[in-house]
Amino acid sequence: MPKATMILDAAAMQRALMRIAHEIAERNEDSAAVALVGIHRGGVFLARRLAGMLSGILSLTVPVGTMDIGMHRDDLDRQPAPTLQPTAIPFDVTGKTVILVDDVLFSGRTTRAALDAIMDLGRPKRIQLAVLIDRGHRELPIKADFVGKNVPTSLDEQIRVRFREEGGTDEVTLEKHGGA
Amino acid sequence: MSWNRKHLLDIQSLTADEIVTVLDTARAFKAVGERAIKKVPALRGKTVVNLFVEPSTRTRISFELAAQRLTADVINFNSEASSLKKGETLKDTARNLEALNADIIVMRHSASGAPHFLARFLRASVVNAGDGAHEHPTQALLDAFTVREKKGRIAGLNVTILGDILYSRVARSNIWAYTKLGANVTLCGPATLVPKVFEQMGCRVTYNVEEAIAGADIINLLRIQHERQRKTMFPSIGEYASLFGLTQARLARAKPEALIMHPGPINRGVEIDSQIADSGRSMILDQVTNGLAVRMAVLFLINGGKGPQEVAA
Repeated sequence: MPKATMILDAAAMQRALMRIAHEIAERNEDSAAVALVGIHRGGVFLARRLAGMLSGILSLTVPVGTMDIGMHRDDLDRQPAPTLQPTAIPFDVTGKTVILVDDVLFSGRTTRAALDAIMDLGRPKRIQLAVLIDRGHRELPIKADFVGKNVPTSLDEQIRVRFREEGGTDEVTLEKHGGA
Repeated sequence: MSWNRKHLLDIQSLTADEIVTVLDTARAFKAVGERAIKKVPALRGKTVVNLFVEPSTRTRISFELAAQRLTADVINFNSEASSLKKGETLKDTARNLEALNADIIVMRHSASGAPHFLARFLRASVVNAGDGAHEHPTQALLDAFTVREKKGRIAGLNVTILGDILYSRVARSNIWAYTKLGANVTLCGPATLVPKVFEQMGCRVTYNVEEAIAGADIINLLRIQHERQRKTMFPSIGEYASLFGLTQARLARAKPEALIMHPGPINRGVEIDSQIADSGRSMILDQVTNGLAVRMAVLFLINGGKGPQEVAA
């Protein structure tokens, strides 16, 4: 069994998300233009929760969509084709402040793909990035606007995010790759 | 996730899991086709060659558009204006296409097994777009996709395939796909075109069209292929229409929710009554739309990372 260190438990994850929701509300005066897009898989759960929190804070219904960035990856011919989920964005992104939501920000390549995928759907007024965990090791000039927790990691470590929507409890752990 | 194949040559060798992977992937690509910008960069910089050594319009157009929507470059190579007419062998033609660094060759050929032959020595991926009377895998995949989309499942459904089974590559691919996914398949048509040997593929064979239609959830019609029809197989088109054509009277005996499918092009008044073809129970145009999504999914999946490959001399 790999050695796992707890980064966020369920209560800490909830507090981190609530703080992000408040920061999104504070940062965006034009709250009616705010829309969330969760990146499969983890980002989808987080975007739905943030949309619920934000809708409460702003007293309006914040639209939420889901996006699979598999068709926009930059490594498609280097590994077996990824499993794709339909991208479902039930609103026009043009003119919106689209907040991309992902669970872990690592190399930045997923975010790059998501930016391209969003642009295919229209012309947002602006795009912001919200992540639960920023583990560093960026390979592209990308920075998150909203971060739940910064976690310095080494490359042989792995961040695992579990969600209650998948049947377990919310938690984020840090594990050694192939550790004993 | 279960797709590690370099080629798509037939349905026979696919597992149910692999078929479902194609159908799931196609759902994502169908959504792309419903957007204002119907294009994704998944095959950017790749070259797809449509090598059609037998006439085809709709399948070629579907593959061409699928490749374009994936941002691949597409070359159409058709037999009428090609070096094959000048005596070049298929192997040489394919090697020439590969010398242009083609990544995927989509092939239609009148000889069964021609795509398998190419796949043995090409570094490029090969997609079978119909080989002789053998298989037409993407047609079966788009049919399965359409059934699953409309009925929510395939396992346990009663699927009747009606028409020329013997000479139909669509029928063979359909039978493999539907049976692997757990449907009950009934075949019906003139006895000359529906040999009993098909029972060995796990199908029920009947020559009574009323019996074939009763209880069916899906009625999958096949085109009577005038251009290849052996004169001896049945006396006339008129007789086929009266004995096996899907008429309103015959359809009235089917389940009210039974759906009609046809790979096209349809012969109105022969295998299908014109009003049925235009009715809400006809899935014929849905099949065309879904065909595009399924072909995008197939090109996407086989483009996935290829490890070292054995290539014959």
